[in-house]
Amino acid sequence: MMEYLDFELPIKELEEQLQKCAIIGEESEVDVTNTCKEIEDKIINLKKDIYENLTPWQRVQLSRHPNRPYTLDYIKALAGDTFMELHGDRTVKDDKAIVGGLGKIGDQSFMFIGQQKGINTKMRQYRNFGMANPEGYRKALRLMRMAEKFGIPVVTFVDTPGAYPGLEAEERGQGEAIARNIFEMCVLKTPIITIIIGEGASGGALGIGVGDRVLMMENSWYSVISPENCSTILWRSWEFKEKAAAALKLTSKDMSALNLVDGVIPEPLGGAHSDRETTFDTVRETIVRLFAELEAKEVDKMVNERIEKYANMGVYQEN
Amino acid sequence: MTAWFKRSDKGIQTPTEAKKDVPKGLWYKTPSGKIIDTDELKENLYVSPEDGYHVRIGSNEYFEILFDNNKYTELDKDLAPVDSLNFEDTKPYSEKIKEAQSKTNLKDAVRTAVGNSYGKPIVIAAMDFAFIGGSMGSVVGEKIARAIDYARENNTPFLMISKSGGARMQEAPLSLMQMVKTSAKLTQLAAAKIPYISLCTDPTTGGTTASYAMLGDINIAEPNALIAFAGPRVVRDTTGQDLPEGFQRSEFLLEHGFLDAIYERKNLKKQINLYIDLIQNNKIRTKAVI
Repeated sequence: MMEYLDFELPIKELEEQLQKCAIIGEESEVDVTNTCKEIEDKIINLKKDIYENLTPWQRVQLSRHPNRPYTLDYIKALAGDTFMELHGDRTVKDDKAIVGGLGKIGDQSFMFIGQQKGINTKMRQYRNFGMANPEGYRKALRLMRMAEKFGIPVVTFVDTPGAYPGLEAEERGQGEAIARNIFEMCVLKTPIITIIIGEGASGGALGIGVGDRVLMMENSWYSVISPENCSTILWRSWEFKEKAAAALKLTSKDMSALNLVDGVIPEPLGGAHSDRETTFDTVRETIVRLFAELEAKEVDKMVNERIEKYANMGVYQEN
Repeated sequence: MTAWFKRSDKGIQTPTEAKKDVPKGLWYKTPSGKIIDTDELKENLYVSPEDGYHVRIGSNEYFEILFDNNKYTELDKDLAPVDSLNFEDTKPYSEKIKEAQSKTNLKDAVRTAVGNSYGKPIVIAAMDFAFIGGSMGSVVGEKIARAIDYARENNTPFLMISKSGGARMQEAPLSLMQMVKTSAKLTQLAAAKIPYISLCTDPTTGGTTASYAMLGDINIAEPNALIAFAGPRVVRDTTGQDLPEGFQRSEFLLEHGFLDAIYERKNLKKQINLYIDLIQNNKIRTKAVI
C-alpha cells in the first residue's frame, strides 16, 4: 500500500484518475489511450515540479517516508543470499536497532552495518525506532574490528532519529560508546564507506558514521539535532520545525556544498521508495566504484587522509 | 522597589574581572543553603567549606589552580567564531556571538594554554560555560585540535577540562563534525603515547561527552558533576521513568565504570601530576619540588 505525504497529494489525485481511466478503458468501448497518456504526462511533469523544488522540511518528511527502504532492504538487495547476519556485543545483549553482518557484492566480501527501523508498529518497537543503545554501538565496533582483522571493507548505513536517550543507555555509557566508535573509526585500517540513507541525527549517526567516503542519499538529512528538537530548544516551540530544517543546513545538497560529506547519491524521481530497484542499483554501483578507489590506496595513507579530512572541518576567523 | 535599591548612577562600567563565570557580590549561597563570604570562597578554590559544593568556575580559575604561580602562555587566542551559515533563531547567531563576547570578555567557549604544573609543562584546554553554555562549535574544535597538536609536537601531557552543554546548534553540521575532528586528533596523540587526561566538570553533556570527554587515558571528575549524553530532562521526557537519586552525577558514572576517579578541586593538581609521573614512570613530583 503506497502512502502519500501531504505535498504528494496532488500526485495521488492524478494517479487515481489514471487508474479510473484504465478501468474505463477495460470496461467500455471508449478508446482512452490518449486520455491516459495525457494523465501520465501530467504526473511526470507534476512529479518533476514537486520533487525538484522540495523545501528542506519536505526532504526531512521524505527521509522518514514509511515506504522508504531501510538498512536490511539495502543489504538484502546488495548481497542477496550471501548475507550472514551477526549478533551481539559480547557484553550485554544484541541491540535490534543496529544490524550487521557479512555479505558479498560480486566477488568482494563487505561488512555491512546499519541502524534498522521497523516497517510496522510492532517492528518499530522491536527495532526501538532505529535508536541504538550503547550495546548497539559496541556490536558495530566488534564487527568493524573483525573486518579490520581480516581486511574486509566496511559499509555503514545511517538511518536514525538519534541514539536512544534512555535510563539504561545512560547507565551503560551511551556517550562513551559513541565516542569510542568515533575514535576507533578514525583509525580503522580498512576502508569505510558510509551512506546516510534516511535520518542522520547527531552523535547517534556519527557512532557508525565516520568514513573514508561519506555519502548522503539525495533525500536524506544529516545534522546535529532533529528540526523538531532544534525548534523546541531555540524557539521554545515545536511549531518552527520548518524554519529549523532550513536553518540547520541539513539537506544532502547543503552538506555537500559545505564539504562535510563527500557526495550525494541521486534518487529516482519521487524518492528512493518510488523505484527501489533503481535506488539499489545506484547504491551498488556507488559502493563498487568507491571501494575500487579506496582499495588502490595504501592503508596507512588512507587512514591519514581520513583523519586529515575531518581535521579540516570547521569555519572560524583568526585575526 | 525602594529608591535606595535602584541604581542611580548611569553608565557604570563593570570591570573585566567581575565578568567571569564565578559568584559576584559579597555572599554566595550554595544549593543546600550554606552561606559563604565570596572572598573566603575564592580562597577555598570556589568550593563551599561547609557542604563541599563545587561552584562552577571558568578557564581563568582552572588555569590559576593548575599552573604554577598562575603563569602560562595562552595558545591561539585570536581564534574567533563566524556565522558562516547565517543562522537565525530568535536572533541572528552573529548577534549572539557579540553579546556573549562582551558579556564574558572571551572569544569563544574554550581557552587553551601551556605552562608548568609542579615544575613540568602541561597543555590545558579549559571550557567556559559562560560562553553560550560552553557549546562546541568550529572554534572550540579547532582550538582543541591545535592544543593537541601542540602537546604532540612538544611531547607534553594534555589535560582537557570539559564544561559544556554539547554541540553548538547555531553552527549545526559544522559543530557535529567537531566531535570527529577532536577525536581524530586524539588518535594521533594516542599514537604518540602522550598521556591524555579528561576532567569532566559540571556540566559535561551531549556531543562533548560523546567525543573527547570520554576518551581520556583516564577520565576523572569533580564531585557531583552532571555528566551525560542525553540530559536528565530528555531522559525523563522520553522514557516517562522516574530517575534515581544521583542519576548521571560523577558518583553514578564512577559506579558504572565510566570514570577512573573523582577528585575534589583542591586535589586536582596533585592527582593529575601524580598520574602523569606514574604512567610515564618518572620520579614523583611533589609540591615541595617547585
